[in-house]
Amino acid sequence: MSTSQVTRRDFLKVSAVAGGGMMIGFHLGEANAQAVAEFKPNAWITVGPTGAVTMTCGRSEMGQDVYTSLSMLLAEELAVDPRRVKVLHAPADPAYVNTAIGAQITGGSTSVREGWEPLRKAGATAREMLIAAAAAKWGVSPGDCRAENGVVTHGPHSAPYGSLTAAAAKLTPPANVTLKDPARFTVIGKPLARLDGSDKARGRATYGLDVKIPGMLYAAIAPCPVIGGKVVSFDAAAVSKRPGVRAVVDIGDAVAVVATHYWTARQAADALQIQWDEGSGASLDTAGFFRTLEAARGKSGFVAKQAGNVATALGSGAIDAEYRCQMLSHATLEPQNCTARVTATGVDVWASVQFPEGARGTAAAVAGLKPEQVQVHCQFIGGGFGRRLENDYVAQAVMIAKAVPGTAVQMIWTRPQDMHNDFYRPPSLHLMRGAVADGRLVALSATLVSPSITARAFPSFVQNGNDPFMTEGLVNLTYDIPNVELRTIIEEVGIRMGFWRSVSHALNAFAVESFMDELALAAHQDPLAFRLALLGKLPRQRAVLERAARTAGYSATPGSGRAFGIAAMECYETNAAVVCEVSGTAERIKLEKITIAADCGIAVHPDQVIAQLQGGVVTGLIQTLRSRITVRNGRVEQSNFHDFQLPRMNEVPPVQVELVQSGGKPGGIGEVGVPLVAPAVANAVYALTQMRIRSTPLEDGGVRFV
Amino acid sequence: MASILLNGRTVTVDAPPDTPLLWVLRDHLQMTGTKFGCGAALCGACTVHVDGVATRSCVTPLEAVAGKRVTSIEGLTGPVGNAVQAAWDKHQVPQCGYCQSGQVMTASALLAKNPKPTDAQIVEAMNGNICRCGTYGRIKDAVREAATTLGGRS
Repeated sequence: MSTSQVTRRDFLKVSAVAGGGMMIGFHLGEANAQAVAEFKPNAWITVGPTGAVTMTCGRSEMGQDVYTSLSMLLAEELAVDPRRVKVLHAPADPAYVNTAIGAQITGGSTSVREGWEPLRKAGATAREMLIAAAAAKWGVSPGDCRAENGVVTHGPHSAPYGSLTAAAAKLTPPANVTLKDPARFTVIGKPLARLDGSDKARGRATYGLDVKIPGMLYAAIAPCPVIGGKVVSFDAAAVSKRPGVRAVVDIGDAVAVVATHYWTARQAADALQIQWDEGSGASLDTAGFFRTLEAARGKSGFVAKQAGNVATALGSGAIDAEYRCQMLSHATLEPQNCTARVTATGVDVWASVQFPEGARGTAAAVAGLKPEQVQVHCQFIGGGFGRRLENDYVAQAVMIAKAVPGTAVQMIWTRPQDMHNDFYRPPSLHLMRGAVADGRLVALSATLVSPSITARAFPSFVQNGNDPFMTEGLVNLTYDIPNVELRTIIEEVGIRMGFWRSVSHALNAFAVESFMDELALAAHQDPLAFRLALLGKLPRQRAVLERAARTAGYSATPGSGRAFGIAAMECYETNAAVVCEVSGTAERIKLEKITIAADCGIAVHPDQVIAQLQGGVVTGLIQTLRSRITVRNGRVEQSNFHDFQLPRMNEVPPVQVELVQSGGKPGGIGEVGVPLVAPAVANAVYALTQMRIRSTPLEDGGVRFV
Repeated sequence: MASILLNGRTVTVDAPPDTPLLWVLRDHLQMTGTKFGCGAALCGACTVHVDGVATRSCVTPLEAVAGKRVTSIEGLTGPVGNAVQAAWDKHQVPQCGYCQSGQVMTASALLAKNPKPTDAQIVEAMNGNICRCGTYGRIKDAVREAATTLGGRS
């Protein structure tokens, strides 16, 4: 049982709302000094006079279940039915800064980890105040009252929350609240239908693309085929007289057509003849990207983790290997789109965004207004995966809307435009060296060479060559190896890169966990036993690996035509292990089953933790099987789902999730399923075919999946 | 002006005849349950029923459905649709949810035609619908469940 110091000044503010309700504002995460001084609470809960509970959710719902799991944290301590919590999308406001990141961002598998303490504290504080109000009304001791399911009771007395909020709002919040012992949880860890699930199965959820504003116009764009290129000239008159066309707008990197209907705008935009200055990007190609990375291999970079003396330990007889990952597109199923309305005094933006604060700043800059003059109306996100941390499409929509002041304009990209104008997962090169002795791993050296996403998107996060979104998956290496040196080298290749679900965990896990199998082979050890021997100091990690292997029926020698591959890591404060079972031959490899075991400490919403791991595994298959983005003459070569193929039902095997809950606080879960799939499959492919494929997607290495 | 029989009602639309049904539904009729994903019949997010057949509305011009029965997710009713959506609820299928209108429409068309699909037939019918979140396992379970509810599968 934990007791938390909660005071009015540093944690929350309670106030009455019209009609007799109470509102509780509080800080998510550890309140930072500036926020405390200014007292800008960053999430608000309202208990209305009818007892209705409203939570304004500062995190974006993109499928990862924040609406429900964060509501469960609140409901547990507030003692209400979580199904009665109404969730609203928060606007862009500094009050909703994600303190785990330092900006109003949904990402990094942080939402539940960050909300774990403060949401429960807020619920407990409100509950204690409602109890105090009831106790005062009845002239009894608060300690003798109970709160359950939105009602305070004492002997024969009973009062629903709604009848107490007006009185409770006048009370001073308690200095301390006691949070429930996990053994007494009635909401956390229990089954519950997603609060947004039913609407989503009935087409009722509103995504950015579904926003309808009275009098709204639609915009389609014709962008430069090369990212970074500029409009030189175009013939607006060729389309501006078409029925329904209202404006033809030069927005710098594209020409936009505004019309009464999207199809009218789309056809007009397609008919435009535009001369481009393609810029320096026109000479880029994928082969050049990898030549650039290879040329940087001698740089010293940043040492992310070091122990012992690798140079000496590697000595002679080291095993060397290089690994490569191709670029990827996010391919969110909802193409990028944004609705904007610009007036002389303000901007409204309706969009699916993971970084509303960034959207606000972007819109303000484009409109020449202050951020406070911009309202961002966040919507459900039809797939984020990191793509919607970027606000390029918000900038375009605001620029277009400026041409028709006072009228809302919805800009919609086509699928090819979405694929051609992404912020791609970086290409990567890993230089691996290792040495084994007496059946054990004695030295490991790994160097990741890749562009830095962070240096472009959040430059202040990169200090002295240390990009924390490149070192992830290296600094948290779980194996106990006497001599280790793990390094990252930032090398730009000339095209914009973006955060892609699990970011560098996936790049590093592919290289490290594939190479671990190569080292096990060199040590004449079973890959599982080889790893377990290095996990003596991390029982949680060891346990998930054993659990995954046992559940999957792992065997190094399962018989002809079948094979297993394993991979394991710690990421987002969660321990994870994946086992992949395959069958067939190199020309026809069938994924039979993927088993993932994860220990996230405590699972707030277990069914959706399982769902995230199941879905994460499928996302992991994207980079594993055949999807890749390639560039030629500055143009992305893939354009739609026929040539950037996503896994479909026929090739996604059963995914078995083993949820281990060793207690404590929750670990991250949204990205955990992704990174281990590629190495587990690659290791299984090796075990099946003796083909060691050191690049993703694996089909580039000469095998075929069916 | 074109007339379509949409969700049981005759609807008149003033749109160019080559306008894809998807945009007729979304822009002209303000019915946004049908989603835009690829514009090329590659992802299935825009699936509706035309005379009971699962059809990609993003590549189906308005003129091609004149006088035909069109059902969008908003008009999905009856025992098959109800069973499918109840199964979706039971198996907690949606994550981001953007593809799910299309998945539900494809599954409903399958079960209306074949109430007893084998697993292979389920995969064959559903394979054109991409779920970027990777809910395929639950979709398969939900289709099986709906078939059982409808009395087709045991």
